[in-house]
Amino acid sequence: MEGAQMEDFRIEECENDNNTHEDSQMGESEQKNKHMEVAPALISVHPTRNSVAVAVGSDLRVFNLLEDCAMILVDEAGGASHNDSIRGIKYGANGKLFVSAGDDKLVKVWSTESWRCIATVCSEKRVSAVAISNDGLHVCFADKFGVVWVVDLPGVDETQAPLNKKAVPLLAHYCSIITSLEFSPDGHFIVSADRDFKIRVTVFPKKPLDGAHEVQSFCLGHTECSFNLIAYRFVSCLAFICTPDSPQGILVSGGGDSTVRMWDIISGSLLDTCAVGAKAQFESDTTEGNCSTVTDICTIPACTLIAVAIQSLRGIMLLSCDLSSRTLSVMKVVSIIGENFVPTSLGSSISGGLLWMVTGASKLRGSDVSSLSRVKVISGFEKSSPDASEQEPAVLVDSEIPGGAKLLEKLQGSISVDEKVFLAAADAVKTAMCNLLIKKQYSDEKREFRKRTRNDRKSKH
Amino acid sequence: MLQNKANPTINKSTGLPRKRFYRARAHSNPLSDSHFPVPLSPSHFDYSLHYPQLFPSSNRSDGSKKIEFADIGCGFGGLLISLSTIFPETLMIGMELRDKVTEYVKERILGLRVANPGQYQNVSVVRTNSMKYIPNYFEKGQLSKMFFLFPDPHFKEKNHRRRVISPHLLDEYAYVLKVGGIIYTITDVEELGEWMKSCLQNHLMFEPLSETELDADPVVKLLSTVTEEGQKVARNGGQTFQAVYRRIKPASQENS
Repeated sequence: MEGAQMEDFRIEECENDNNTHEDSQMGESEQKNKHMEVAPALISVHPTRNSVAVAVGSDLRVFNLLEDCAMILVDEAGGASHNDSIRGIKYGANGKLFVSAGDDKLVKVWSTESWRCIATVCSEKRVSAVAISNDGLHVCFADKFGVVWVVDLPGVDETQAPLNKKAVPLLAHYCSIITSLEFSPDGHFIVSADRDFKIRVTVFPKKPLDGAHEVQSFCLGHTECSFNLIAYRFVSCLAFICTPDSPQGILVSGGGDSTVRMWDIISGSLLDTCAVGAKAQFESDTTEGNCSTVTDICTIPACTLIAVAIQSLRGIMLLSCDLSSRTLSVMKVVSIIGENFVPTSLGSSISGGLLWMVTGASKLRGSDVSSLSRVKVISGFEKSSPDASEQEPAVLVDSEIPGGAKLLEKLQGSISVDEKVFLAAADAVKTAMCNLLIKKQYSDEKREFRKRTRNDRKSKH
Repeated sequence: MLQNKANPTINKSTGLPRKRFYRARAHSNPLSDSHFPVPLSPSHFDYSLHYPQLFPSSNRSDGSKKIEFADIGCGFGGLLISLSTIFPETLMIGMELRDKVTEYVKERILGLRVANPGQYQNVSVVRTNSMKYIPNYFEKGQLSKMFFLFPDPHFKEKNHRRRVISPHLLDEYAYVLKVGGIIYTITDVEELGEWMKSCLQNHLMFEPLSETELDADPVVKLLSTVTEEGQKVARNGGQTFQAVYRRIKPASQENS
């Protein structure tokens, strides 16, 4: 991929994976950064809350809530399950499978019974997002070139040796990194969001291995934030609100423009926009004047609430969704007092009424600890109507978290997290999130330098 | 248009722009992010800027006319200018990534509008990267014709993803084309001609036009004759390779 790198990219659109070449004088600092690239911590909760998984860097940690014990992942390939930052983890809708993938270009499918790796798929490029089809028969993953690939899984077979499957392309965004991949609740659509403000709703075909060619709609509306920075024009996260009257669900998305938007995926029309950034800046004491990027959203199935993680907000914002008028409104901010806890990822299960949060990053600089992850849980969502006040969402203290100290020890790596580590990690967490979402910007000098050194001039086509 | 008299970039007798003042690179990298404005969605596309006589105000009702023809990579606009008078009632737009070239076409259209009052009001040009932003300009099923005339061949295999016709981009073209809409492609590069044909042939939502349909379509004749690139090929006695396909509703889509 040498040629691609020498183009005059003002903002680099797609990652060039194999950039092992020169760029000597000007590229050096960037190369260094590359080695220090930090990844935000991720969390995912089993749909019926059998287990919780946290990924920090290349480390995948799972805690079994049913049996109240830490799980050991079994991978016949041997060694660590992943050997570079994990960028996507997800449980399948039926809870039987779990998928993890990231910068090591390996997509691993795990059985959630035995936590044995049942399939490893090699990707040509680094992986940015993963999803499992609702019937559990297909795994999809998006690579850094904006291509979504699909692999079929012939059911979970515990006895079989791990499969080495080959993926086929399903669909593609034209060279834009896909940040989120979700199936609609009825399984008929696959939705992909990218770093170019685009959300594409594609019919998930009966024969996915032939590709998904029918675009149902594009949900267009996310824009750059008020500071008019084109680099902030991205969609960072997607989630579905399930309702009885629309089987395909209502889509919500968060983006660099500090908004959460609600969409009808059949028509692609924007139903409502909630400017969460303005509200978050008002609530948080750290008003830095930058965009309050929405980093993750999570719908809480027990009620029509949406939890929103916003960069620089210590806690989460809860939005309530009025299904009849199809509007979004800010319900409240649940703050985390005393800890510098800005969630990097959110998760919830169908039952249980809990919201799980994690903050953290891998490869911390200037710290003796290599990574940080801190798990917190908010409770009080169970079946209480929004106007009933007997139960209020509240942050659980560590001892009240299901699984307690044992869970924290597994998922965090230690029961308690030192305040100093927290402080050291705060910047890393932010950088990790920015690296993930914001396109790289190149200075004019750098562009000129690249132009001067490009070697594809000789070819005359 | 008095100021045009002093403007050397405009030909004094015809009022049209002179091409030598709009020299541009032959190619532009479609992967690079350029800093031109893109409409947020098709409903944000300002028709009054492009078709001022037909849309005096920027307030457009839902039922009003929409663009139906798109010339992707329109170059110097030869095809658009010809189509404009053949289909005077149809709105059409050229999409071009190179800004100098877009500027030229813009001036050319303005010049033609002045020289031929009432004509060329249905044609316009926009600088954009259609490979990235086509859904920002057109709604689902809005277009009835799309043109890809003499696109960049991008010979190297690693650059095939820059080709404007590719299996994945055809999904998006199928989205903006109405059922029955036609996609016209032509090239003087045999390898690219075969590539475009095989992409279209293998796509579920496209079928080739029959020989009689091709003969009956007045637009097909224009493909190799009205563009600058086509004329150049003809001058040099070169061969051209065309593929004309219709957007169909595949069997699997019928229940939706």
